[in-house]
Amino acid sequence: MEKKVFQRPRYLKKAVFHYCPGCGHSIIHRLIAEVIEELEIGNRVVAVPPAGCAVLAYNYLDMDMGEAPHGRGAAVATGIKRILPDRIVFSYQGDGDIAAIGTAETIHAANRGENITVFFVNNGVYGMTGGQMAPTTIDGQNSTTTPGGRDPSRDGSPLDLSRMLAIARGSVYIERTAVNSYKNIRRTKKAITKAFRTQMAGRGFSLVEILSPCPTNWKMSPVDAARWVDDTFMKVFPLKVIKDEVGKLS
Amino acid sequence: MAEKQLMRGSHVIGEAAVRAGCRFYAGYPITPQNELGEYLSAAMAGLEDGTFIQAESELAAINMVIGASMAGARAMTSSSSPGISLKQEGISYLAAQELPAVIVNTMRGGPGLGNIAPAQGDYFQATRGGGHGDYRVIVLAPASAQELANLTRKAFEYADRYRTPVMILGDGMMGQMMEPVTFPDPVNPKKLAPKPWILDGADGRPSRLIRSLLLDTSMEEEHNWKLARKYEAIAREIAEEDCYLTEDARLVVVAYGTAARIAKGAIKRVREMGLKVGMFRPVTLYPYPQKHLLEMSRAVKDFLVFEMSTGQMVEDVKLVLEGRARVHFYGRPGGIVSTPDEIAKVISSLYYRQHLEEE
Repeated sequence: MEKKVFQRPRYLKKAVFHYCPGCGHSIIHRLIAEVIEELEIGNRVVAVPPAGCAVLAYNYLDMDMGEAPHGRGAAVATGIKRILPDRIVFSYQGDGDIAAIGTAETIHAANRGENITVFFVNNGVYGMTGGQMAPTTIDGQNSTTTPGGRDPSRDGSPLDLSRMLAIARGSVYIERTAVNSYKNIRRTKKAITKAFRTQMAGRGFSLVEILSPCPTNWKMSPVDAARWVDDTFMKVFPLKVIKDEVGKLS
Repeated sequence: MAEKQLMRGSHVIGEAAVRAGCRFYAGYPITPQNELGEYLSAAMAGLEDGTFIQAESELAAINMVIGASMAGARAMTSSSSPGISLKQEGISYLAAQELPAVIVNTMRGGPGLGNIAPAQGDYFQATRGGGHGDYRVIVLAPASAQELANLTRKAFEYADRYRTPVMILGDGMMGQMMEPVTFPDPVNPKKLAPKPWILDGADGRPSRLIRSLLLDTSMEEEHNWKLARKYEAIAREIAEEDCYLTEDARLVVVAYGTAARIAKGAIKRVREMGLKVGMFRPVTLYPYPQKHLLEMSRAVKDFLVFEMSTGQMVEDVKLVLEGRARVHFYGRPGGIVSTPDEIAKVISSLYYRQHLEEE
């Protein structure tokens, strides 16, 4: 007898991802779709995609989606959630979106303890615009706007937004994970689940930062990019539970 | 039963918004319109389904309004000139995503930080769209507390009907003045017509998408033409003006908002001197009420545009009249509020200079 062990999640459309080979977005999209199905919240979820590579998330995720201006995901999600408090609202944002142009909106949404969930995809670079320096580009990392590598004396140093958000009293669950290996993908799925469940329990602001390879703009093969996340990127952005005031959710 | 109340202008907008079924307000403090946010913070707190958020910025406030509107609420934000500049990003998205919302601009002197005195320097910004891209915003220009109440109600109705942002364009004078007002009966937001496009979770229906990114140029062109057709319908259906003593007028003053109130006082004075002067007051600045102005130009050959700016609406008057009449201008920018006497002198000197006293 045949047993089905793998299939397309219900909330992922039958579409071919446009993302580059080795990019983390498609994995993260799938994980979010799987978790939404497992938690049975697909009929009451509203998603806020960003400006950036993932702006086209609505081509893949089959759920109500409202596109936010660049960086304003947390503010748009705030408006939706306040009107519909029993819906599950999440924003999906890149590092430039959330940690540069949208810093204020994100910090204040966390500080107000908005009961929303944020997925923060950190690849250390502006992907869609072609590889410029991001707030999370690490010291010495090459980008199209940091000739010779990011120089802290000229360009500043990488910003650890998740730790900044942890200081805000309204944030209750913040974890940094990655999608560069099977083990890390499993861990990311657990974190996504916990973040959604935090919101379902009405506990406050939850965020999962996900380190994600960008082979195209890092100018690496997908395999080398996945390795670089482990060997280099994680030295600056170590995987850990940054804040957990939620504990076990029954 | 509705009864008369004495209220200041900014409170009138707040009360009228709540009565229009507005249940979401986000804003950032800026003078001279703080009384509106303060009023709504208390009003929303008193409602089971009301939300007031003091946002971290004007940008955040307008983006919260975007979210609330996506979720189906009648939503509003307010600010004054410098803050309205910051909101332009969100207003462009509201127009592009065809989301209803009401934005109140209590204009002050500018450019830059300017001052906090009443001015009308944001006319271009308001009536030309204001942000990036090919779009327009419905602009309503109240001139009394009663009109603030009526137009606030209309603003929410127009926003929903046309799925577009609507701006109420006033100034600090309008916000501070106390006048008697009768409010329309309150609307129960739960009894408003359902919006079949909102994002509230795809429960037993196909998922919905609200976006403005249209990478395919032919789709973006189609969307732009769709918006243009909507603005044409708006122009046909809601253009509104108020005329004062224009029947026998040989000179017509064109003014809106606070400037129109001052002009009215001036016209009363010159009428006592026997001058045949009237006023054309646009109530909608976008769409501009062209039809009646154009008809008037058959009999009237001199129009005096009076604005609290160096001359912005005067361009619209010239566009409408296309050389059919002489268009004169008098303006005081920078927060200067002319007296009716000052305007009466301007009117009478123009009247005699143009020999309008001769039959």
